[in-house]
Parts: sequence; C-alpha cells; structure tokens
Amino acid sequence: MVERDVDYVLRTVEERDIRFIRLWFTDVLGFLKSFAITPVELEAAFDEGMGFDGSAIEGFARARESDMLARPDPSTFQILPWRPDARGVARMFCDIMTPEGEPFAGDPRAVLRRTVARAREMGFSFYLGPELEYFYFKDSAGTEGLDAGGYFDLTPLDMASDLRKRTVLYLEQMGISVESVHHEVAPSQHEIVLRDDEALTMADNVMTARLAVKEVAHEAGIYATFMPKPIQGAWGSGMHTHMALYEGDTNAFADPEDELGLSKVGKAFIAGILQHAGEMTPVLNQWVNSYKRLVPGYEAPVYVCWARRNRSALLRIPGTDRRDDVRVEARSPDPACNPYLAFAVLLGAGLHGVAENATLPPEATEDIHSMTPAERRAAQIESLPEDLFEAVNAMERSDLVREILGEHVFQYVIRNKRAEWAAYRAYVSPWEIERSLPIL
Amino acid sequence: MARVLIVTDRSDDLLGLARGLEHAGHSVRFGSLTEVAALRPTLAGDPPKPPSVGDAHVAIVDAAKDLSRGRDACRAYRFAEIEVPLLAIVDPDSVDAVGPDWEIDDFVTDAERTGELLARLRLAIGSQVLDSAGTIRLGDLTVDPESYQVRMKGKPLDLTYKEFQLLLYLARRPSRVFSRHQLLQEVWGQDFYGGTRTVDVHVRRLRAKFGVEHESMIVTIRNVGYRLDAERSR
Repeated sequence: MVERDVDYVLRTVEERDIRFIRLWFTDVLGFLKSFAITPVELEAAFDEGMGFDGSAIEGFARARESDMLARPDPSTFQILPWRPDARGVARMFCDIMTPEGEPFAGDPRAVLRRTVARAREMGFSFYLGPELEYFYFKDSAGTEGLDAGGYFDLTPLDMASDLRKRTVLYLEQMGISVESVHHEVAPSQHEIVLRDDEALTMADNVMTARLAVKEVAHEAGIYATFMPKPIQGAWGSGMHTHMALYEGDTNAFADPEDELGLSKVGKAFIAGILQHAGEMTPVLNQWVNSYKRLVPGYEAPVYVCWARRNRSALLRIPGTDRRDDVRVEARSPDPACNPYLAFAVLLGAGLHGVAENATLPPEATEDIHSMTPAERRAAQIESLPEDLFEAVNAMERSDLVREILGEHVFQYVIRNKRAEWAAYRAYVSPWEIERSLPIL
Repeated sequence: MARVLIVTDRSDDLLGLARGLEHAGHSVRFGSLTEVAALRPTLAGDPPKPPSVGDAHVAIVDAAKDLSRGRDACRAYRFAEIEVPLLAIVDPDSVDAVGPDWEIDDFVTDAERTGELLARLRLAIGSQVLDSAGTIRLGDLTVDPESYQVRMKGKPLDLTYKEFQLLLYLARRPSRVFSRHQLLQEVWGQDFYGGTRTVDVHVRRLRAKFGVEHESMIVTIRNVGYRLDAERSR
C-alpha cells in the first residue's frame, strides 16, 4: 500500500513538472521547519530518508547525536498553491528517524502517532476540529490593526475579507476543508474554523493553515500573528478545539438516552482532562504571553470546570441538533501551541480518564466567576495555572504528561520553559516603571 | 488524443483531412458553419444563444470558401468564451483579411496538407489533452487512471493517492449510490482500521478541492452514502 502511495507521488511530480519538494517537520515548540529536495532525490528520500543536522533544531538532539533522517509521508503530498503553477513546489510532512531507523523520540509527530495508536488499541479513533484565531497587523513591529471592526463586520473597505477568502481558497486546494471564516470580536482579529479530521492529519492541517494565513498576509504586505494576547485589554486569540472519539462508526461520546446526552466514555474523557488540566497547560499554553489571555472577562477559561453553555468553562459541550453526534470543546488551547503535542495531551488525558473510569464532576454554574476563592475551593473548583512558572511546576510533577510526551520531549519542554520564565522574570517592564518609579 | 470539431458547410470536401486526423489518432466531428455563424454577437436585439463546442478539445472553423461566415463563426465562439483553442482554415488568397478581430489562436491555408494542420494542432493543444484511452469524463471532470491526472474544466487538481482512489472508484460508476461501508471496503480494503468517518473526511477533502462550483458533484445521500453526479455543478 505504501509503495503505491510512493509511486503515485513520483508520477505526480513528473506529470506536474514539480521542481522542488519541501520536506516539512515541526520542532518541539511548534515551529515549522523545512528543507527542499529535487525530484531526483525523491526516491531515495522515500527509501532511506533524507539526512539533516538535528542539532540545529529546537528540542531535537545534542551535538553528538545530531544525524537525523527525515522520511516523507507520501499521504501528505500536496502542491503548494501559493507557488507558481508551472515548475511548481510541493510539500510533504516527514517523520523523523534516527540513523538506526527508529522513530526519533523528539519528533512531535511521533508523540501524537503514539497516542493515536494507544487510542486505537482501546478501539477509538480521535477527530478534532480547531478554530484558529489570529490578528492582522500592519507589520510585526507593532499592533496597528487593519480595521476597527467587530464580530462578523463586513465593510466595503474590509481588505481582510479578501485575505481570508484567499486563505480559504489555498487551504481548500490543499484538501483542508474550512467550515467558516469570519471577523472575530477584537479589531483586526479573525478566525478560521477547520472541519474535523483525524488527529494526525489535523495537526498537519493546523501547521499548514498557520503558514497559509501568514503567507497570504505576506503577499499583501501585512503581518498575521497567532500570538495569544497581542493587545492588552482586547480579546486574545484562542484555538478552541472540538473533540470526538469514534468507536467504529459511532460517536463514543454520545448516549441519546442520557440526560446530558453523554455516554460513560464521554463523561470519563471529560473527567480525565479536568483531572490533568493544570499539568498539561504548558503544552496547550506554552508562552509567557499565553497566560495573559487566560484571565477573566474575555471568554477565555480560568477555572477547571465543564459546562454546556458557559463559555468561560475549560471544557464545553456545544449544543447540536443531533443527539448521536456529541463533541467536547477544549477552550484553553491557543493557536501558538504545538498542535501535535497539544492534541496528544488532550487525547492522552481523556483516554486516561476512560481507562480509569473517572467520575464526571458536577456541571459549572453560571455564577462561578462571582464566587469567592474560598467558595470555589469548597466546591472543589480549581483554577488553571496563573502563569508559565506555576504551569511548568505542575507539569514537572505529572507522570501522565511525562508518559504521553516521552522523556525526551518532556524534559526539553521543562528546560525550555524554565529558561523562558527566567528571562521574563528578570525583565523590568514598562508597567513597573510607569507604576513604581514615580512613587518609590 | 484530441477530439476535433470541424465547423464547415462542405464536410464532403474535407473528408480527406478528417481521415488524416483520424489516422493520427484524433477523432473528428463536423459542425455546421451556417448555424454557428448565425450565433455571432450583434449590436441590436437579444444576445444569441452562444454556440458550444461540446466535448471537443479544439475547434477548427472552415473559412476557406466563405470568409465572412467563417469570421462570424470564430467571433461567435469567442463571444461564447469557449475554453479550447480555435483554429481557422483560410484560403491563401484571403489571408490578408485575417486580423485580430477574428480572435483565433492560429490558422492554416491549405486543408489538403494534413501535416501542417497536425503540427498546428499539436502546438495549439500542447500536452494538455492527450488523454490515455481509459480516461473518464464526467461533465467538467476528467480522471485519467493511467497518468493519475484529474482535471476540473481542464485545470489539474492535486489529489492525494487515497483521494484519487476514492474519486476513481466513484467516477467509474457514475450516478450509482455507494454506502460508506462499501466505499471503505472497496477503497481502503479489509484490513483498514477506523470507521466510515474516514470516508466522510475524504469526501470533504475532495469537495474542498473541487471548489464551490463543483463541490456538489459528490452528492450525499442521507443515511446511505455518496454518489458522483456529473450534472450537479453550479
């Protein structure tokens, strides 16, 4: 089967006069990496993988074990629509291998593959539909937006709507189905909602979509950013992620007989994520800036709870017209995460809940924000970590996250995030100067 | 090879040419010059119903015996925005009359010499429609199982291997309804892990690549499955 996949790619490259094939992979922090090969090297790349120096990649290897092989996944072959039609450029996502031919432990795609395989052992396949929020700015030096528009605004001068249209066209040409695309709440903020797909494909799709959004902005001479909270006092950018487990053809979260419409599996999955919510936060919200989004007042989650309607809950069960099709929406991830690792921890924690038959806590009520901390403690409602420091400390104690990510990635994330926090902590900010200098 | 439409009022005279083209592997169909010329755009009155070239890859208008009717036919085709190359046969004594208002891609002066016309055809068509024998054609969609090429209105679509296999399966049996289970078994095979949702997401990816105009060619039959319908475009 794989050989026919390979054959198909080789034929397409020839027929379509493809001159370069970009080999894509993702570093541990979620940055897309790429190097190009020519068609004559392609067959060898499929057979043996293409060698590269892994020590140059964040979270990959130390210098002494720097030889890595990138082996392209033929099922991800796509011609890049933003490159010229003639003498085109195509891309494939790669799995990273050691020189011995083993999957490399630092490859985020391998982490997600492993977790998906675990789901499969339990009889499940995992489907996700993320909503990517982002801002268009004049350039990367500041936060000057394109408009003063609000939610769903459409004005004749709305240049952004052309950009969004173009982005959707690119994505669809690459087989990434877009459910909707619109202006978001904050000025110059936009959202692309991807239709759900199987977990590994979806992580690839998120990487592609982030690039497509930036590519289209770049063509127009502006800048697009997935930074979680670029503007103080305005809504931040999240990546609400709709999740569903399927057991064969049936939605494993659904039970039309249940009062909530939730099956036992669905309840345990939610409970599993809630139990491990704090410790997985450095993966879902990996930057110092991520925690400036997770504050009350902007529909971003702050408390570890679930609800049907309340949009500030960590997990939400959106209403549907089909009782046999239930999704759970994770509202804390932000679009600057590494989607492979983020989907892996969500799935891993949910499956852990299912395996342990975890008990679903009561649904959060509307007044959760008006409760005092003491009342919340009494109701056993925890808060998400308030900053990266607290989050990393929680993760470091987590056996589950260590198991899901594997020792290599786990240790790297801890080290890298501690270093980020140390640099941030030592920084004297304009806020302090403004507040403290005049009075102290 | 290419399907050639020759628009003429003297098809008997051009049988030799037609045979030459067929000998080279093309197929030839004749159309009426008088009818097409009558559909030229005029300044007054309602615009005429634009002429069509059907499924031809190239149209050749015979202007050798009737220059003005030939020009009218060429302009009628351009007005109809046909998407295939347009060639004309012009009498050597009338070549002077050919100008940009004809809006043709190329012309030949001697219909007796098949060699020249074949060369002009090759140049006009390029490599774009040299389909192999097994090519399936459904409305604007062509699927060539030999070269793995899929085109929508002549524009190549980039499919992954699985998407290609699924489309090929449906295209070989147009208008028949298949359940998700059937498609899963036929396209993915017995040992594939995962449910029929896989079929749904692949259909979704195909529809995305078809684009808004053609996405409805893959019809969802509620509670059953899918079928491919060539007529369903907008």
